[in-house]
Amino acid sequence: MNVLACLKRVPNTGAKIVLTEDQQEIDTTNLGFTMSPHEECAVEEAVQIVEEHGGSATALTLGSAEATEQVRTAIAMQADEGVLLETDGEEWSPRNTAGAIAEFVRDRQEDGGGFDLLLFGNESADAGNYQVGVRVARELGLPIVTSIKSLSVEDGAVVAEREIPRGSEVYELDLPAVVAVKEGLNEPRYASMRARMQARRQEVEHVTPERRTDAGLKKIRLESPETEDSETEILGHGPEAVPEIVRVLEDELEVI
Amino acid sequence: MVLIFVEHDGGKPADSSLEMLTLARDVADQLDAPVEAAVFGDGEGLADELGQFGVEAIHVVDYDGVETYAPIAWAESLDQLASAVEPEAVVAPGSERGHEVLAHLGASRDIPMAANCLDVTVGDAYEVERQRWGGTLLEHARLSGDPKLLTAAKNELTVAPAAESAEPAVEPFTPELTDDDLAVRIDRIEESDEEGIPLGEARIVVSGGRGVGSAEDFDQLEELADLLDAAVGASRAAVNEGWRSHDDQVGQTGAKISPTLYIPCGISGAVQHMVGAKGSEYILPINTDPEAAIIGHADYAVIGDLHEVVPELNETLRERSD
Ligand SMILES: Cc1cc2nc3c(=O)[nH]c(=O)nc-3n(C[C@H](O)[C@H](O)[C@H](O)COP(=O)(O)OP(=O)(O)OC[C@H]3O[C@@H](n4cnc5c(N)ncnc54)[C@H](O)[C@@H]3O)c2cc1C
Ligand SMILES: Nc1ncnc2c1ncn2[C@@H]1O[C@H](COP(=O)(O)O)[C@@H](O)[C@H]1O
Repeated sequence: MNVLACLKRVPNTGAKIVLTEDQQEIDTTNLGFTMSPHEECAVEEAVQIVEEHGGSATALTLGSAEATEQVRTAIAMQADEGVLLETDGEEWSPRNTAGAIAEFVRDRQEDGGGFDLLLFGNESADAGNYQVGVRVARELGLPIVTSIKSLSVEDGAVVAEREIPRGSEVYELDLPAVVAVKEGLNEPRYASMRARMQARRQEVEHVTPERRTDAGLKKIRLESPETEDSETEILGHGPEAVPEIVRVLEDELEVI
Repeated sequence: MVLIFVEHDGGKPADSSLEMLTLARDVADQLDAPVEAAVFGDGEGLADELGQFGVEAIHVVDYDGVETYAPIAWAESLDQLASAVEPEAVVAPGSERGHEVLAHLGASRDIPMAANCLDVTVGDAYEVERQRWGGTLLEHARLSGDPKLLTAAKNELTVAPAAESAEPAVEPFTPELTDDDLAVRIDRIEESDEEGIPLGEARIVVSGGRGVGSAEDFDQLEELADLLDAAVGASRAAVNEGWRSHDDQVGQTGAKISPTLYIPCGISGAVQHMVGAKGSEYILPINTDPEAAIIGHADYAVIGDLHEVVPELNETLRERSD
């Protein structure tokens, strides 16, 4: 079983998001970087499947040279191999991103190293386009199902579950297949210091993909949504605040 | 014409589809064009309801096997219908199926799609306002392609009937599909035996974060929830620590909640947490740090150690109910 997990490097924002002056990006001066929780689960699942069925787990990202950091995080989580589809760091459209990933998968296939299962996050943390996985699948002519929170591989097929109110829908796809997953799929392991150190020494394959031209969806600017800053009434400090809490619950909010 | 993809449960349109109709009607008004709907499965009874929302025609996709959800077959049907009726835009709800079906349509036609739109200005290219970062940021962007593909953000647009209701014509549409198109489909439904109040429907939610400190210390929050008829939620930090299951997580990659009252305990108020909680009418955090971001988002707040405040509160509420 060869499994590919695709992930995207994104800023790890905190309590407030600051934009650059031209409103094109998040100001990352004081921020670290991470990947979407969905993608962490994709990496974990790839590693678990390979632990169970043998084969190789590959983590791939398309982005600037810095994005190698997130690929190394995946390697520290015990992915066998890392790939960087290196760009100048500008954000690529879903169509171009998918085109480059599909091309890489096709090249691997021609070299005899095809993947049985491609895993994606359901949506990237920053762009939330909900489509790169679907575009890759369609381009490769593979079946895909998205929004998956439970997955298992059995007899050349993947059984995938999507949550619905009070239950789940079950899909069965013949391999090779593509699945876009959501957080909750598994509990991603915590990479030990030692694993991180080792990951730093491992080679990451570099490929420079060609960017197609497309008009697509073109960013004009970003903005922070307006939030009404509510007046906060401090009900008190410590347990002495309890009578006030009860009064608010009873008289003001009428919930008890 | 604006073609919409409507999800329904036995003829009752889903809330997200009705929200989407607000956006679709706005696009149609700007184009001075009608709205027509594509539906799958038994659409009996939809005509009345959709008519009130200004839908002028309903195309019921008629093909053996598409009554159950099959994303590729549904997208292919929508694609063929679009070829027949030539809409200027195709709009879907920002639901799991809405995103999935429209992404397939975008992929098979090799045209762009804008997800989670809040506002659209039509033109040669459309100018869209859409959510990024799960709603933490907004993006203004230019969308090209023919037709324009849009999904509408969930829980953001007001459901509103049209000023003038319509009497939609209901017409069957028969696509040409192959077995391959139907290869991905719901094989079966499994029911879960989860009890308790689902997070999304709870009137009060009591949540715990890293400040709770351990899985055992969540007992106090469970007790408080019990006393208040509330559901228990958690931050991602608490889930990552293994103290709670991911089903309890509130936020960008967890549940979006809209209770009357939200009581976050030991939660700092990161943007990714707040996008899940912003539907709350009132927020009352308990936190040791008066500078925590969550306090700024709150209506009421208690500054203090939750391990002291919550047991005392439980005690008082218990006495009160006796
Ligand atoms: C793409 C992405 C998606 C994410 N999605 C989510 C999501 O869906 N949901 C989510 O929650 N997070 C999400 N996160 C993580 C988020 O950024 C924060 O890391 C997380 O919400 C922090 O959890 P916390 O508030 O419990 O912990 P902390 O930020 O560590 O805050 C702990 C708080 O507890 C207080 N405290 C400590 N001890 C006590 C005490 N004894 N009594 C009272 N208060 C105390 C502290 O003052 C502090 O404010 C996401 C992150 C990314 C990058
Ligand atoms: N630049 C990228 N590099 C690698 N994978 C990506 C990239 N962008 C998106 N993806 C994958 O596609 C999924 C869906 O992304 P999106 O369509 O942007 O919401 C993500 O969760 C990733 O798994």
